[in-house]
Amino acid sequence: MFPDFDYVRPQSLQAAITHLADEAAVVHAGGTDLLGCLREHIFAVKKVVSISAVKELHGIDEAADGALRIGALTTIRTVAEHPLVRRRFSGLAQSASEVASPQLRNQGTIGGNICQKPRCWYYRGDFNCLRKGGGTCFAVDGENQFHCIFGGGGTCFIVHPSDIAPCLVALNATARVAGPSGVREVPLEKFFMRPEVDVQHETVLEPREIVTQILVPPPAAGTRSAYRKVRARRSWDFALAGVALALRFDGRRVVEGRVVLSGAAPVPWRSAEVEQTIRGKELDSDVIAAAAKAAVAEAEPLGKNGYKIPLFQGVIEEELARMSASA
Amino acid sequence: MPRKNPTTGPDGLTRRGFLTSMGTGAIGVAASADLFAAGKEAVDPQVMPAGRTSKVVLRINGETHVVLAEPRWTLLYVLREVIGLTGAKPGCERGECGACTVLIDGVARYACLTLAAEAQGSEVTTLEGLMDGETLGPVQTAFAEADAFQCGYCTPGQIMAVEGLLRTNPNPSAEEIRRGASGNLCRCGAYKHIFEAAHRAAELKRGK
Ligand SMILES: Cc1cc2nc3c(=O)[nH]c(=O)nc-3n(C[C@H](O)[C@H](O)[C@H](O)COP(=O)(O)OP(=O)(O)OC[C@H]3O[C@@H](n4cnc5c(N)ncnc54)[C@H](O)[C@@H]3O)c2cc1C
Ligand code: FES
Ligand code: FES
Repeated sequence: MFPDFDYVRPQSLQAAITHLADEAAVVHAGGTDLLGCLREHIFAVKKVVSISAVKELHGIDEAADGALRIGALTTIRTVAEHPLVRRRFSGLAQSASEVASPQLRNQGTIGGNICQKPRCWYYRGDFNCLRKGGGTCFAVDGENQFHCIFGGGGTCFIVHPSDIAPCLVALNATARVAGPSGVREVPLEKFFMRPEVDVQHETVLEPREIVTQILVPPPAAGTRSAYRKVRARRSWDFALAGVALALRFDGRRVVEGRVVLSGAAPVPWRSAEVEQTIRGKELDSDVIAAAAKAAVAEAEPLGKNGYKIPLFQGVIEEELARMSASA
Repeated sequence: MPRKNPTTGPDGLTRRGFLTSMGTGAIGVAASADLFAAGKEAVDPQVMPAGRTSKVVLRINGETHVVLAEPRWTLLYVLREVIGLTGAKPGCERGECGACTVLIDGVARYACLTLAAEAQGSEVTTLEGLMDGETLGPVQTAFAEADAFQCGYCTPGQIMAVEGLLRTNPNPSAEEIRRGASGNLCRCGAYKHIFEAAHRAAELKRGK
């Protein structure tokens, strides 16, 4: 059952930002996450401001410097299938193609994907948890098999649900954001809110701010990217464990790389441990095994998600081996 | 399957005593910035007010329907309960089953996660729209020929998903069919026949 809300679908970004000044007004892009949240009454909504008719937020193109510009309303399917993305940012295309189901990829947008709400069943269910302003994270002592092994910070133990966000962080992408006081750019790495900083927000967006564009810088020569996701079913399911890689090779040697885990933490989780272990090395089996071990050395599993430790180790080993084989 | 009527029932807003800070207007309306150079005209006046019906114009199966709908009514609800097109089925109503699949501008989407108001300006195709008068269309024929169902509840959604797939990929491989149909659950497990039907539908559409 949906709550009652006003609905408006302005044609311009300015009008959308103006409408968002109203009490409990929220952005609607593809609606695939928002409508689920409305149905479960997770947060109060009095006005739905649809940005789907704002033309300038659609589409993918290449900037003069070779950066990829993805409008926030670009569908996940378009990100997965676009020739520019597939050719130069294969990890991003791969991650988009592994999101949800075909219908949801046809409808969900990249902006909505990085702004989506957590999938924790306490948060989505009838529990007044920390993230909803209550006093307890029910996952700590509850059914926590799908919760985080990093970054819970003693507060809220969600995992970030997005497959695309870890790839954007690995590729050093930036979100362009428009709000009542103008336009700013936020690196994706700083876009997601850690629960110990603010447990009730998933992003650093201010009230009334709208993500307008994702900018992915041109990859340096020798860079390859990939995304690997493990889930219970091959459709619909969120990542149990996943890894996004953007590695720059010189011959067979990794010059530098960014390694970001999904299904691991409340935000896309950059693994400094893996990055340090592989920097300057050829990815032989010793280095790969050391990297996979380092990845989980600092993990703090909860009662029921200890299986994620060998799972992440395996996923990281396999994906690094795959990259090294294609080097 | 119990139907929830979105016109009645408890008002969800009172169920939770908290507000998120999203959109609570902490910054105020008067804003600087070039964004507002367009002035008052920038604010589209067409707000559909909560709790009341407003005129919504939908293009469905090539026909224009002018209906009265509340902002919170989904396309699935309006198709079934207002217009009387019952091909699209309510299942989970949360994007997890595919029973409600329709085509919007030619691509498969979930009508349960689409507000009716959002479908304005788009071409909606439902199962009924695949008929040619009283004759089944090629994908429907293929499903009947391949016996691609048991209870049949998921079938309209499966057919629309296959229709959507074949419109962009007229000759899909077995793997592409599996992927194309992966947004539709069949509780009866008729998948083998569904995949065969999709294959046959591609042949029929190509005139074989
Ligand atoms: C059954 C199911 C399975 C799923 N599985 C996966 C999965 O495996 N992997 C995965 O990554 N995702 C998954 N998802 C999530 C899905 O990808 C998101 O729902 C989708 O990407 C959201 O995009 P949207 O355009 O529909 O956003 P909406 O639903 O319109 O919005 C989502 C949220 O973001 C805000 N928002 C949207 N756009 C903007 C913007 N431009 N600026 C500021 N705020 C904005 C909205 O206010 C809202 O809070 C799944 C969802 C469902 C329902
Ligand atoms: S009813 Fe829409 S996906 Fe289940
Ligand atoms: S035929 Fe019964 S659910 Fe598919």
